[in-house]
Amino acid sequence: MPQKPLTVMPLTSEAARESTADVPLAIRGLTVAYGDKPAVFSVDATFKSASLTAIIGPNGAGKSTLLKASLGIVPKVSGQVTCFGKPMARGLHRVAYVPQRASVDWDFPTRVTDVVAMGLYRELGLLRWLRPSDHRRIEACLDRVGMGAFADRQIGQLSGGQQQRVFLARALAQGADLYLLDEPLAGVDAATESAIIGVLKSLRCEGKTVIAVHHDLSTVREYFDQVFLIDVRRIAEGPTATTFTMANLQTAYGGRLASSLVQELGISGRSAQAIAEGAA
Amino acid sequence: MAALLDALLLRSGYNAALVAIGAALLGSAAGAVGTFLYLRKRALVADAITHATLPGICLAFMGLTALGLDGRNLSALLAGAAVSAGMGLVAVEWMTRRTRLGEDAAIGAVLSVFFGLGVVLLTVIQAMSQGRQAGLQGFLLGSTAGMLYSEALLIAAGGSAAVVAVVTLRRPMTFVAFDAEHASAIGIDVRAVDFAMMGLVMAITVIGLKVVGLILIVALLIIPPVSARFWSEQSDRIVIAAAALGAAAGYVGAALSVTAPKLPTGALIVLFSAALFVLSLLLAPARGVVATLLRRQRFRKAVHLRQGLLSLAHRERILDGLTLSVLRRRGFIRRDGVATERGLKAAAEALRNERRWDIARELHRTELATSELIGLAPIDTVLTRDEVAAIDRRLALSGSKGVA
Repeated sequence: MPQKPLTVMPLTSEAARESTADVPLAIRGLTVAYGDKPAVFSVDATFKSASLTAIIGPNGAGKSTLLKASLGIVPKVSGQVTCFGKPMARGLHRVAYVPQRASVDWDFPTRVTDVVAMGLYRELGLLRWLRPSDHRRIEACLDRVGMGAFADRQIGQLSGGQQQRVFLARALAQGADLYLLDEPLAGVDAATESAIIGVLKSLRCEGKTVIAVHHDLSTVREYFDQVFLIDVRRIAEGPTATTFTMANLQTAYGGRLASSLVQELGISGRSAQAIAEGAA
Repeated sequence: MAALLDALLLRSGYNAALVAIGAALLGSAAGAVGTFLYLRKRALVADAITHATLPGICLAFMGLTALGLDGRNLSALLAGAAVSAGMGLVAVEWMTRRTRLGEDAAIGAVLSVFFGLGVVLLTVIQAMSQGRQAGLQGFLLGSTAGMLYSEALLIAAGGSAAVVAVVTLRRPMTFVAFDAEHASAIGIDVRAVDFAMMGLVMAITVIGLKVVGLILIVALLIIPPVSARFWSEQSDRIVIAAAALGAAAGYVGAALSVTAPKLPTGALIVLFSAALFVLSLLLAPARGVVATLLRRQRFRKAVHLRQGLLSLAHRERILDGLTLSVLRRRGFIRRDGVATERGLKAAAEALRNERRWDIARELHRTELATSELIGLAPIDTVLTRDEVAAIDRRLALSGSKGVA
């Protein structure tokens, strides 16, 4: 791919700000490296408002890293990330992030309601106590993910799906406009999967933007309206109907496509091929 | 004994009372700070920091004497301790971040090098001041004998300041300990919070040098939190419990030290703290040994109750003595072993629960994280309403298939 000439975007001018102010997340030339091995290389991405986007790609393609670097959780080598037209550091209050469930120690001594309350940190600050209205908001967020009866439960007693719901409730409590989720459906039961997707779709209906790292190619069409394909570099992005194609999947996954489908779906190579073709 | 009682009741004189109160404040601050250190799983870093104070103390002493001042000025010695402890902390951080060494290796290296240097300097000082005691030995294991009023005041003030800092920073420190990535994404500066936590550890170490000594202060940072962990499953309560346990250890240890001035104060405080640990280990209601035994007993009974009720539902004969006695005590069977009406109702409920669990084990195969999923508890106390509904739909489906 020939390098595009570097156009300097006059980000300070009013016109430019207006044009990007309704873009929830825009990434330009993002490169992230662990040591001297790039995990994400020179990636551009523009995520549309009020959409539900799946970030897909093979293992080690930099899907999680893309989210973490966008949020400044891992340092980037280069690139700029804007959130509703502002640099991410100044737009963080409009973003909610749901990390991978396995990234925390679930034996940590805390209750479900305390974890959800972490989503209120920006309003609480260092010293303010929780008011009755805060408690009502926490309850509402837990109800929305079907966990209302579990508020006082120790987090160590939850099943994997319930842990994921608690993380989603914490994100909802932030009242954000942009939601970044890292593998929210990995290893959860079917009831939890449909509960989570229900919440994500209702967020989109409210005009929020949802971006999720997703590993299960068989459900992409059903759940997501936009797709971002990545394999260290950007492979493709756009509406699911025109982007989630066999050709793009081959580029991203290469020879790993069939085998990864077999692994994830537990089906024979022949039907994996059929699904991939059906997707195309 | 009377002397100990007098000391505990603050009747051994003004200074002794001040030391006891100061030690209690120090203990509570150490317990609270130590809890966050423990939750962040960085307790060992404290060990490196505390040992790294020794060269600073010695250099400060040498500097003061070279200038012709009194080498035992406590504020100056503590300032020296803080500087070299800070250098030790920076060395650990730098090695962990910039080299391929893990944090454990960095801690080992810094701890031994700094402490070794300190011991050499200490020997030099002793050779220098042959005739008169330099009195620096007290910093190793703690000593309250002959403590000055101003020194006790310094310790009390420092301990109070640390408690205020912990209260102020409790939220970010808890969030970072639980989920650093999310904390960073909601705008918390994780590095700054970690730095503040280590700064507090350093402050506690420096304040505690005189009373507990640099070798044992780490015990006051770690033992109260792990003792408190037995008492609660909520981080904020653990912080309070650890502060209380630390305060008790500091207070009682300092009082004991008044009655036995030859014993090092630090050792007494740590020993009393360890006694509290053993008590917590045995008796704490949340995770103590006795509570665990009782829980195991309850678990056994629950297993027998389920087995017995299922046998009743299937109209099988029950032979196991414990099963029979569990059922009888609940009034589910009569003395002669015949099921009561209540027993039959409970048996039907148990059977329904069992069928639901069968489906649940199938649907939740990937996430058998909780022991509850083996099926002892009523299912609606373990799974959410929509999860139970999904199970019941499957149950109805397989039921109708069975009829057809």
